[in-house]
Formats: sequence, structure tokens, C-alpha cells
Amino acid sequence: MRIGTAKENYLHDAALFDTNVQRAWMVALAAALLVLPFISGQYIGYLVCLVLINIVSTTGLNILTGFTGLVSLGQAAFMGVGAYTVAILEINAGTPFLLNLLIAGGAASLVGVVVGLPSLRVKGLYLAIATIAASVILHFVFANWTSVTGGVSGLTMPPASIFGFELVQPNQVYWIIMPITVVMLFGAANLFRTRIGRAFIAIRDRDISAEVLGIRLLRYKLLSFAISSFYAGVAGGLWAYFFRVITPESFPLMMSIFFLAAIIVGGMGSILGGILGAVFMTMVPEILKMMVGVLSPIWPDAVAVMSPVRIIVFGGLIIFFLIFEPDGLAEIWRNIRRFFHLWPFRT
Amino acid sequence: MQMRQVSQSARSIEPPLLNQEILAVDRVSLSFGGVKALSNVSFSVKEGSITSVIGPNGAGKTSLFNSISGFYKPSEGDVRFLGENVNKITAPERAERGMARTFQNIALFKGMTVLDNIKLGRHAHLKTNVLDALFYFGRARREECELRREIEERIIDFLEIDHIRNQSVANLSYGLQKRVELARALAMQPKILLLDEPVAGMNREETEDMARFILDVKEEWGVTVLMVEHDMGLVMDLSDHVVCLNFGKVITEGLPGDVQAHPDVISAYLGSGDVAALRKKFKEGK
Ligand SMILES: Nc1ncnc2c1ncn2[C@@H]1O[C@H](COP(=O)(O)OP(=O)(O)O)[C@@H](O)[C@H]1O
Ligand SMILES: [Mg+2]
Repeated sequence: MRIGTAKENYLHDAALFDTNVQRAWMVALAAALLVLPFISGQYIGYLVCLVLINIVSTTGLNILTGFTGLVSLGQAAFMGVGAYTVAILEINAGTPFLLNLLIAGGAASLVGVVVGLPSLRVKGLYLAIATIAASVILHFVFANWTSVTGGVSGLTMPPASIFGFELVQPNQVYWIIMPITVVMLFGAANLFRTRIGRAFIAIRDRDISAEVLGIRLLRYKLLSFAISSFYAGVAGGLWAYFFRVITPESFPLMMSIFFLAAIIVGGMGSILGGILGAVFMTMVPEILKMMVGVLSPIWPDAVAVMSPVRIIVFGGLIIFFLIFEPDGLAEIWRNIRRFFHLWPFRT
Repeated sequence: MQMRQVSQSARSIEPPLLNQEILAVDRVSLSFGGVKALSNVSFSVKEGSITSVIGPNGAGKTSLFNSISGFYKPSEGDVRFLGENVNKITAPERAERGMARTFQNIALFKGMTVLDNIKLGRHAHLKTNVLDALFYFGRARREECELRREIEERIIDFLEIDHIRNQSVANLSYGLQKRVELARALAMQPKILLLDEPVAGMNREETEDMARFILDVKEEWGVTVLMVEHDMGLVMDLSDHVVCLNFGKVITEGLPGDVQAHPDVISAYLGSGDVAALRKKFKEGK
């Protein structure tokens, strides 16, 4: 416990941010999120939006894989379902973006539940393979159901609009992406303060004894798939509003691996871990790219020579973190916090 | 022996007046491939009693518990709980109806704190749905708060585990883990509590604490207890009724003193430990 805090009642004790210092940090973060688009350039704005979208999807996968213990490589395909849903609604119906995003989440979560059906019988690698199969099937549908999805050339959609004002630039779409990301992160954190989140963790830790406590395995495994793919669907919808061109190649299997890597690097079964993992996985390649860019005036061949090196460094960093801190970035963060909480007392 | 005195004086106050059967095991048989873990086992548990199942290792006690709680499907026979045949009812539904259990090799959730483990016990009785949970408004907040208060005031206080409530269960001693498992089972608001070797591997002091808790569960909480136990001192002190199993069969059942004195029980379990002679006797069909 942080030095100098005493809990007054149980409600207090169970709050998400329970100290004044934590609350102060949250206020600072909120302020930063509000001024960011006014001070950031196009490029930073673009990166921030991308990070936020990835945070939503990674958090969804973390609910399924990190908290419920069901490994999935279908997250990108579920995002695809959400993205296509938004594009189709925006092109054909012109319904409000918030409604479109909800429907996108709902559509993805229906697909997720169907894909999750084998999870009562198969686990681990076998389930992962079943989700890969589902990804392949969904890719096939995206590419071949031409009348709806536009086939291989995909769909191009109009931008989202609020009160007739069109959101085109990253710093404008940000005003959709950021609030939704924040709400969804709070939702995920809240989930684990209740019986539903606890049931997920129980299934992950020992699924047989979970049954003896009255937890119906199939129902909760499917619920986890539903929630997780809802997050993917919304993330995919945001992605669609951000890029406005969706093709079957927009959501490759590699992207699912990216999300899985993000929760492993960030910390499985930790909301903060999902956030940190998504930031790390999105930003580190960009930072490495920038470093190569800085070198290029001095060394004209830098881009050609350093590009493969960049990828190796990225992979090396992931492996380094896994060995150095198997519980992920979230654990490193907690250790740093612990140090400052106890400061100036030593432990 | 402090414990013996406490328990006996306590029992003399409370007359064994409840005679309704809460659980009945009726001609249950269970096999694993060739091994007959249970054959034709019948007995019943009276409401408000402490009933103990004893028997040597491998007698089939854990298999019996697994059949009662719904893990294993008996090949023959019925289990009746609260007057209802529960053969076709799944483990989670049996839990909802008021059956709680602990495991011989503790089955706590290592990734959670003590408090969250205990809260899990209430799962089936809570109503929070996904939307409540995501927004943590109204029902979710109210339920969590009430649950927390009740666990603190009734369970954590009672089992004297205040000091560890926020610790991860992985770091606890064996004795404390057993206690947390009991706490979680109590959070289930059970009508019957199945305890599989509740004091196995505990030292003397931990055993006496656990004995006191089990007795209080019966007397103060009014929960019926069915337990498997090797510690004969504990069984004799606490039980109202004892069932002795060996090689998957009921050898005898009755009052603790009578069962303890039964010659077959003595030779099977309490006796000189001449296992070879015993096996021979049973193989020959008794
Ligand atoms: N899952 C299982 N698969 C095969 N055999 C089992 C299984 N569970 C128990 N047995 C067998 O059933 C018999 C009874 O075991 P058990 O119920 O664990 O006894 P106890 O709890 O009385 O020590 C033993 O011979 C054991 O080997
Ligand atoms: Mg056993």
C-alpha cells in the first residue's frame, strides 16, 4: 500500500484509482489527451490514433487470452468484420458513426462467439489453430463476397461526420477514437471488479474447479469471446474511419500475431499491460524508423542497410523483455511505482 | 485436549433433532476402466449433521465426492440432493443449488488475491450482467459492495484471515490456503459443505483451529457437513455419523464410537496395518 493512505470504506478500497496521487496523474493524462491534437503535427497525430486503435484491440485480446486463458489468432479478422460493417453502413445507410461502431462491435462479437464454440473442447495450440482457420475463412469471405465487400479491391468510404462536420485528418478523427478508447478501457477495468471478470480468471487458472463454484464454462468462454471480439469489432470500425479504404489485405494474420505479441510483451492479464504492449509494439518500430531517418543525411545508404537491422533490433527487444521480465512491461511499471511509493523508506 | 472438551460440551447442548435427509447416495457404482472405484455405495446425510467418510488411501473417498459434486458420472445409482435426483444436473447447477466443496489438493486460483478467491464463491448468487459490469453502475457496484461487507464481517472475521485478505494465495502457507478454500466454500451460501481431507498436512494447532471452524459452521451457520478425513481424533470428536469405505464398498456406518469399534474397520483402517491380509480378505469377497 502507498505510504500515508488509510482506506475508509469498502467502496473506497475497491476504487480503480485509489490515491490522490493516482487521481492527480489521471487528471494530468486527461488534460494531455485533450490538448494533444492542437499541438501535435500530422505525423504525431497519425501515430497517436494508430496507437489508440491498437490499444482497443489489444485490450480485447487480453480479456480473452490474458484473462480467460483462451489463445486466439483471430483478432485481426474480427477487426476486419468490424471495419467492413462500418464501411458498408456508412456507404449504404449513412447512419451515425456511434451506431455504426456499436453494430460493428456486435457483428464481430457474433462471429467471435461462433469461432469460440470449439473452445469448450479444445484449448491452447489447438484453439489457436481453430482461430487461424476462422481467419482464413473470413479472409476468403472478404475477398470473394464481391457484391458486399467489393472483392479484392475493397471498399472506399466517406468520413465520419459530427453535426455535418466531416472528420478527415487524423487530428479530427482523434475526437472519435480517443473518447471511445477511454470508455472501453474503463469498461475492461470494471469488468474485473465484478463476478464476470473473476469467472474469466477462474477459468484461466483452473477450469475444472471453476465449475464447482457454479461457473458454467461454455457460457463464460463464449462470453469472453463475445466481449473480446466486440473490442476488435469497434477497433476495426475506428480503423475504417481512420483509413477509409478497406481491403481484404488490411487485416492479415500477421496483425493477429502483432496483438498477441503486444499482450505478451505488455503483460498478460493486466489492463495496463495491454496498453503498454500496444504502445510498445506500435511505437518502437516507428522510433527505429525515425532513427534511421536521422542517420540518412550523414550516411546516404542508411535506409537500405539499416532497414533489416531495424527489424532485428525490434525482435531482439521483444525477446529481451520476455527474458528480463516475463510478466511484461506492466510488471516493470509496478516495480518502478513500488519504488517511488515507498520512497524515502527503503525496503 | 482443549479441542475435545470444547466440542463435546458444545455437542451436548445441541440435541440431534434434525432428522431430514439432505443428501442421499443410493447404490452408486463408478469404474475407471477395469478399476471399480465405487461399488454399490449407499448412505445418507442428515440435515444439520456432520457426517464423515473414512477409509484407507485408495478406498474411493475422493471418487465418491467427485460423484456427488458432479465431476464424475456414476455408472449406476443415484445421488439425491434436497430430495431431487441430481444425476442429470451439471456441477455448476449443483453448486447453485447449495453444494459447496473443498479439494484434497487445494484448488485455489493462484492468480488472484484471497479476497477475490472468496468472492468467487458467491458467483452463482450474483446477478451482475455484462453491461452492469462494463459500466460498474447500479447493480454491479451495489452487489460488489454488499458482497465485500458480508465477506469481511461474516467470513474473514470468522476464519481469522483478516491479515492476508489482500495477499496473493500463491504466497500462503498450506494451512492458510486450506482456510481460504473453506472461506470460498462458505461464500457459496451452501446447504451442504463437502470437505475432502480438511486437515491433511496440517500441524496440531492448525488442526485444532480447523476443527473449531468446522464445528462452528455446523452450529452457527447451520450448514450440513460431509467430510473425508484421516485424522481419527478429529472424526471421533466432530462427527454425528461415520461411514467407512474400503475398496469402494461401505463396510459399516453408524455412530462414531460404534464404527471405531467395528472389527472390520479396525482391521481395515485403524488396526495393525496388516494391509496384505486385508486385501486378501477383500479379494476373496470378504
Ligand atoms: N481419474 C481417475 N482415473 C483412474 N482411476 C482413478 C481416478 N480417480 C481415482 N481412481 C482410482 O480409484 C480408486 C479410488 O481413489 P480415490 O477416490 O482417490 O481414493 P481415496 O480418496 O479414498 O484415497 C483408486 O484405486 C484410484 O487409483
Ligand atoms: Mg482422496
